[in-house]
Amino acid sequence: MSLLRIEGISKWFGATQVLYDISFTFYPGQINMIIGPSGCGKTVLLKCIVGLIRPETGKVFFGEIDFLKASSEQRRSILKNLGMLFQSSALFDSMTVGENVAFPLRVFTRQPEKVIQDRVAYCLERVGLAGLQAKYPAELSGGMKRRVGLARAIALTPKYLFCDEPNSGLDPLTARRIDELIQEITQEFQTTTVVVTHDLKSMLDMGQRILFLYQGRAEWQGTRTQLFRELEALPPNLSNFLHASGLIR
Amino acid sequence: MNLLLKGFEDFGQYLLLLRRSFTGLLRFRLYWELWTHEQIHMGRDSLFLVAIISLFVGAVTTVQTAYQIVSPFIPKSTIGAIVSTSAILELAPTVTSLVLAGRIGSSIASQIGSMRVSEQIDALEVMGINSATYLILPRLFSAIVAFPLLVIYACFIVHVGGIIAGAFTGAVNPTQFAIGARSFFEGFQITFMLIKAVTFGFIISTVSAYQGYFVRGGALEVGKSSTRAVVVSCLMILVADYVLAQLLL
Repeated sequence: MSLLRIEGISKWFGATQVLYDISFTFYPGQINMIIGPSGCGKTVLLKCIVGLIRPETGKVFFGEIDFLKASSEQRRSILKNLGMLFQSSALFDSMTVGENVAFPLRVFTRQPEKVIQDRVAYCLERVGLAGLQAKYPAELSGGMKRRVGLARAIALTPKYLFCDEPNSGLDPLTARRIDELIQEITQEFQTTTVVVTHDLKSMLDMGQRILFLYQGRAEWQGTRTQLFRELEALPPNLSNFLHASGLIR
Repeated sequence: MNLLLKGFEDFGQYLLLLRRSFTGLLRFRLYWELWTHEQIHMGRDSLFLVAIISLFVGAVTTVQTAYQIVSPFIPKSTIGAIVSTSAILELAPTVTSLVLAGRIGSSIASQIGSMRVSEQIDALEVMGINSATYLILPRLFSAIVAFPLLVIYACFIVHVGGIIAGAFTGAVNPTQFAIGARSFFEGFQITFMLIKAVTFGFIISTVSAYQGYFVRGGALEVGKSSTRAVVVSCLMILVADYVLAQLLL
């Protein structure tokens, strides 16, 4: 079962503590959102989960395996099931769109080239960019890059999908399209999707489970239904954060 | 004192990165493609620059040597001997490497640095790829192959430049030049030249990769790392040049 659980994550950068004892469970087939104002530690937490930053304390369980203590074999099998959409898309500049999407397939599988190309075509079609294989990332718009990043993230049909600010810097229409794609992919592949954002519209549209961070601390966690039910009794920082958007009155 | 400590810290980090770049090798094909690409970039694309510089270095050395030999008792072939020995022992390997430190070193640092700031290195790590191995090893092996070939090529062109300048100014004719060059030639000089070329190739590729790999920030820092890569590589080449001469001659 592709349950993802974090327990007691704390992180320091030098003398500054940026995460304080954070625990949360991310459920499969749902969009789990980490929200909070800029600089609250959302991206650091995400990087701790995917292993890009090592937390000082805490555990990250992918299923039953503690990722931080996993053997290299276990680590590789977890990473094979993990797709990530970066804030900057992180497409490889020297490769074409097709090569970018094919890259994880070439690293993790020994499929024939024809099968890889078919899968690349499917993934690009899935994000609405069919036929763009030969283009280079520099030739694409910000929204297209983000969608290619998503196509690359789903190339191996991941069990876990991580999205770091997936729609920041995009126009509202493109941002909504990216949100819709994330929702569709989560439903289609039943992935455990973790989205880091400070975009409240996104959170209200698609967030099913929510973790609110404030200055490195988990101030509130629960479902979206719970959030609306407890609207009057929310912690002041979350309440201010929600009301600042003007979406909730 | 702080500068010294920083120097030790950098050197330690450089050694750790080197060690890391030899672990976690993936499929050979992935590295082969990068290696061939780098071979073209380092080798073929440097041919013209190396030829121009070597031609003029050979010409200038011949003219200046002829200018200093004023005694009629010294045979003209001595010019050929001095130019040839200097070319093999010093001019071809060291001058070529200093020039290539500017061309290749800055390119490696800026390529890897921009991958770092645009999260491409993070994307590799999330895919379970050891980014140090993937990015550094092909460049290192390319340099180790390309540098000796470029230095042999440079050495040949220095001789051509010397012969042309000697004939053009009337300082020494091609036959006298060739007699001089052959009279002091020893096989070990070529071995020494190649040892230098491999060492300098190693220094440029790894020092520049190190500078790029640990970039933090944005475009400005990438530019700074590129400059630092050239400066540090040049200094290291000069130190290594002295150490090799002291040890091997």
